[in-house]
Amino acid sequence: MKLACDSLGRAVVVGILLITAVTQPAGAQETALHGFVQANYSVRVSKTRPTDPPGDFLLGDQRLELEVARASESGRVRAYAKADFIHDAVDGDARLDVREVFLTLTSSRLDVRLGRQVITWGVGDLVFINDVFPKDWTALIAGQPLQYLKRGSDAANVNLYLGPISAQIVAIPFFEPDLLPDGIRLTGFTPFPGRPTREVRPAQRIEGTELALRVYGRVGRFDAAAYAFRGFWGSPPGMELDGDEAVRFYPGLAVYGASMQGAFAQGIVSLEAGFYDSRDDPDGRDPAIENRQLRALVGYQRALGDNLTVGAQYYAERMLDHERYRLGLPPSFPARAQTRHNATLRVTRLFNYQTSQVSLFVWGSPNEEDYYVNPEVRHSLSDEVWIAVGANLFGGSRASTFFGQFDRNDNVYVTARYSF
Amino acid sequence: MNTKITTAAGGLALLATMSVVTSAQEPPTQIMVRSQEAFLAAGNDMVARITMKLINKAGKERLRDLTMLRRDLEIGNQKYFMYFHQPADVRAMTFMVWKYPGRDDDRWVFVPAIKLVRRIAADDSRSSFVGSDFTYDDISGRDIELDRHTLLKEEAVGGTPCYVIESVPTSGSASEYGRKLSWIAKDSWLPLKEEYYDRRAQLARVFTADEVQTIGGHPTVMRRTMRDVKRAHRTEVAFESVRYDVGLTEALFAERYLREPPAEWIR
Repeated sequence: MKLACDSLGRAVVVGILLITAVTQPAGAQETALHGFVQANYSVRVSKTRPTDPPGDFLLGDQRLELEVARASESGRVRAYAKADFIHDAVDGDARLDVREVFLTLTSSRLDVRLGRQVITWGVGDLVFINDVFPKDWTALIAGQPLQYLKRGSDAANVNLYLGPISAQIVAIPFFEPDLLPDGIRLTGFTPFPGRPTREVRPAQRIEGTELALRVYGRVGRFDAAAYAFRGFWGSPPGMELDGDEAVRFYPGLAVYGASMQGAFAQGIVSLEAGFYDSRDDPDGRDPAIENRQLRALVGYQRALGDNLTVGAQYYAERMLDHERYRLGLPPSFPARAQTRHNATLRVTRLFNYQTSQVSLFVWGSPNEEDYYVNPEVRHSLSDEVWIAVGANLFGGSRASTFFGQFDRNDNVYVTARYSF
Repeated sequence: MNTKITTAAGGLALLATMSVVTSAQEPPTQIMVRSQEAFLAAGNDMVARITMKLINKAGKERLRDLTMLRRDLEIGNQKYFMYFHQPADVRAMTFMVWKYPGRDDDRWVFVPAIKLVRRIAADDSRSSFVGSDFTYDDISGRDIELDRHTLLKEEAVGGTPCYVIESVPTSGSASEYGRKLSWIAKDSWLPLKEEYYDRRAQLARVFTADEVQTIGGHPTVMRRTMRDVKRAHRTEVAFESVRYDVGLTEALFAERYLREPPAEWIR
């Protein structure tokens, strides 16, 4: 898989260079080349550290990101590619990460985008209910900039604009799971510690194509959307034993939901909810597969004075077959509460004409007793250069909870970026 | 809508009306309404390339280079769309405002790196626009009713006769200033100078219109400066390629174009 990705990557890079080389003459068809060079390091600061392997550095990431865009003369066809050339000082590897490569075809009421692309929707701040597109949680945990939380999907993305109502239909033939700590550099909870793990992905067949739909428009003063999804659990994956081996697999999932967002009480209010239908375990008996769930979010964000913004969210995840989940759970396994309550707070203060930013993000669960805290200071040295220093701190009363499992990954990170 | 059609009828008609108006001695609130109309809502729509230089005490410059599209609906309702060309860190970001008189505006930003459209909360009267010396209110206009306006005197700025209007926030209305003086040109209704005084009556910011050109019949401030007197910081703004009444459609001001900026206007 990695090989295939690399060769695609090389092809893209060669393509980028060719396009750039060929398009020197100026004119309506301009090829824009942009990107950045970035160094991003993070070091483990948790009290208890994993001894195997003993590494303390979570990131030693230095990369060049190149982005090329070109449009046809009419502007109706657009090509875009973005690739990161990465040197990872922690394991000494050089890698190519093709972040996005797509074509966009536009007409008066229709846009079609084909290729690898990042797709984002929903109204939560780091809380995703109806956005089931692939995410790299390891990037967030280890201290990479937020943009690396979202991964590209190899997809067809069709957008219809029908006046007051718009619709977006996404087909993802090639399933990509979320990236979670693998126990090597970043640690996390595993139900079967010490066993070799095998991954089984959904077969690449037509019936395995993920489909996602968003219908959206205005309802009064609010942006409103309805969502539907049929595909697989990107995270958490299903886990079961096969002899001595642990098997990680991605059970069937369907999600139906809605969201609203708009100006209210001098701020912005956000509402989102979704019903998670665990298609491969509809009655909730299988402990290896997530229960059916209801997820709901309410958020409020407001500017206080000239440079201070405060946002708070309440988010709940409720299992719908909790009794059967408890009965099916092997005796030694820690049971989760039926409803996980979550509260988040984000405070952002800008200084000195927005050249400096101090922010704090806190996410805690009062009933599962775990937390995630992310303070960050960011300073722009010029229009091109910024540097950020921050920390990711996790903890909880138990090592099996959502954030408690990442306790040993507490880190301090630094990022410096020069954009061009 | 009727007001807009009158305005669109062209500069000559407007000038004719104005000479009548001037002699009739307008009430100060009416002068402010006309000024805002001329300054921030000329034509039915507008496209401009805008460069802002943010210059600090040490003379160090930062740049904000954007294309702005504006469409006017019924009086006081406007839609703005902005696309940032530079600096590299915010390039391809888009920003949209639906402005309403008398209530909170709707604002969206699109962050291209994560393909995220989100609403943003801002305090119109205080929040800085993209780190400049301008507030959101300065960019799209503060509701006239939020201040009490008084005609203090008449005085020329650079040889142009002006009304000098004092604006004081009504009790309860949010504002970064305690008092504002505006020099409104009698001929074009454009503000040629503004002084913002803080709550302790100290001069805080000074706006100057440094160059005015008539484009498509509309006198337009092509170069302007906002100085923060206390912090010795200033923002110099240049408008280029200004066009009025190009036929921007309502559909342009929607999520579709936040995500996929309209190529024909963003060049």
